[in-house]
Amino acid sequence: MEENIFQYGFIIKGLLGAIFASITAGLAGTYIVTRKMVFLSGGITHASFGGIGIGYFAGFNPIAGAAIFGILSALGVEYLAVKQKIREDSAIGILWAFGMAVGIIFIYLTPGYTPNLMSYLFGSILTVTNADIIALGILSAVLILYFLIFYRTILYISFDEEFARTYSSYVNIIKYLTTSLIALTIVLNIRMAGVVLVISLLTIPPNIAMLFTKVYSRIVVWSVVAAFAGTAGGYAISYLAGIPVGATIIFTLVLLWVAGKIVRKLTVKSTP
Amino acid sequence: MAYLFEISSLSVSYNGSAVLEDVDFKVNEHDFVGVIGPNGGGKTTLLKVILGLVKPFKGGISFNSSLVSSKSIGYLPQLQTGDLSYPVTVKDVLLSGLMIRKSFVPAMSSADRNRASEVIEELGLSEMALSPLNELSGGQLQRVFLGRAIIGDPKLLLLDEPGNFVDANFENDFYGKLRELNDRMAILMVSHDIGTISSYVKSFACVNKTLHYHPSSEITNEQLLAYGCPIQLITHGDVPHTVLKYHQ
Repeated sequence: MEENIFQYGFIIKGLLGAIFASITAGLAGTYIVTRKMVFLSGGITHASFGGIGIGYFAGFNPIAGAAIFGILSALGVEYLAVKQKIREDSAIGILWAFGMAVGIIFIYLTPGYTPNLMSYLFGSILTVTNADIIALGILSAVLILYFLIFYRTILYISFDEEFARTYSSYVNIIKYLTTSLIALTIVLNIRMAGVVLVISLLTIPPNIAMLFTKVYSRIVVWSVVAAFAGTAGGYAISYLAGIPVGATIIFTLVLLWVAGKIVRKLTVKSTP
Repeated sequence: MAYLFEISSLSVSYNGSAVLEDVDFKVNEHDFVGVIGPNGGGKTTLLKVILGLVKPFKGGISFNSSLVSSKSIGYLPQLQTGDLSYPVTVKDVLLSGLMIRKSFVPAMSSADRNRASEVIEELGLSEMALSPLNELSGGQLQRVFLGRAIIGDPKLLLLDEPGNFVDANFENDFYGKLRELNDRMAILMVSHDIGTISSYVKSFACVNKTLHYHPSSEITNEQLLAYGCPIQLITHGDVPHTVLKYHQ
């Protein structure tokens, strides 16, 4: 009986985590994929590992450290790209490795054994706390509101930034705000999918959606659906087969993407 | 007639070299100014100053704020901007031209959508209204960007080399349309093709680092030279002929 209750709570937590991860990843993922910011997002993810290391060492919540590192590095790269003092891809490459290096050094310097390191690298539902779920839930609500209110603004800045500057003085503010929310999305999803795999959670679902639609709002909706199918399916398989959850989610998503490709090919052929 | 903006003793420089120097320029309602001058003479920079995209080194621009601001101008850029693989439809792009009338939180009303459909029909784009941009031909794409510039019914319309945009079939329609729009808005049009535009514009501004204003649509080669505008002028006379600049 007690075991059942434990299992029940575990499933609820997993399900809520999957829902919130899918909403945040679908919204943020569509933005980064359509704006061709996948490499930047990879950089943010790995840079935030530096914050995780410092969090461990200094004894505060590693995710809070990651959030600070992630947002600062995201804003830093956007700022450098605007000023064009440095090549953007080089800046990302430097940040990417620097964050990982800082993380590894501080975790090494932390006295005692650090049992959760693997969970940050590859994700684990076992270490996801209720606070993590609540944080993801709040972020989901914020992102939904933000994209509803500023849908046209975000769409038009992403499509043609120079033209947007001719009618708006808020282009930079909106860009920095959106990038910060992307960084937060990445960091909060690290618990689910891990530093190494989280970028796929954001990039695969929009690519599945874009096989079937070219309308931004529909890409978002279908990304959320695809991300949910991948995460929920991944949880179930990982639980039943006893394999790591982050890797299972990504594996499931890639299978969905391949299936989508095949369906797309067949349907295009059947409609002359 | 009320003025729309006035530029006074304006200088702009990129990396220390002057692009515009000591420019004075005033545009009134219903003006139709052809902006001419050699490549690299500062024509596009002048438009960008008006749009607030380029900050002047000296001097400045003041708008008649009851009529227009730097953020409520219709604009057709010279070069294709925008990411054609981005998931936006023709209608979305048209609607973005209405952003000059929107507040910080923009919402598109059904009136806005109807207006977009009207412009789409006027431009002969009805069949591809919901298509993504990468399914359009070059000429169709050009009309979409023209539509974006005029849909918001701005008081001031800036066109940077629209001749590049307009295919031969559409050219007469296009210039006719501009004449019609000119009843409601002032137009500044950058162009190489003085021959074609001289029958439409009301005055010329010759930009070659400095700006010389010529308050009539008739301009001679001698005047161009006096303005320091070494460009080719094609004139229409009894015998069509081309006057080339002197060898230097």
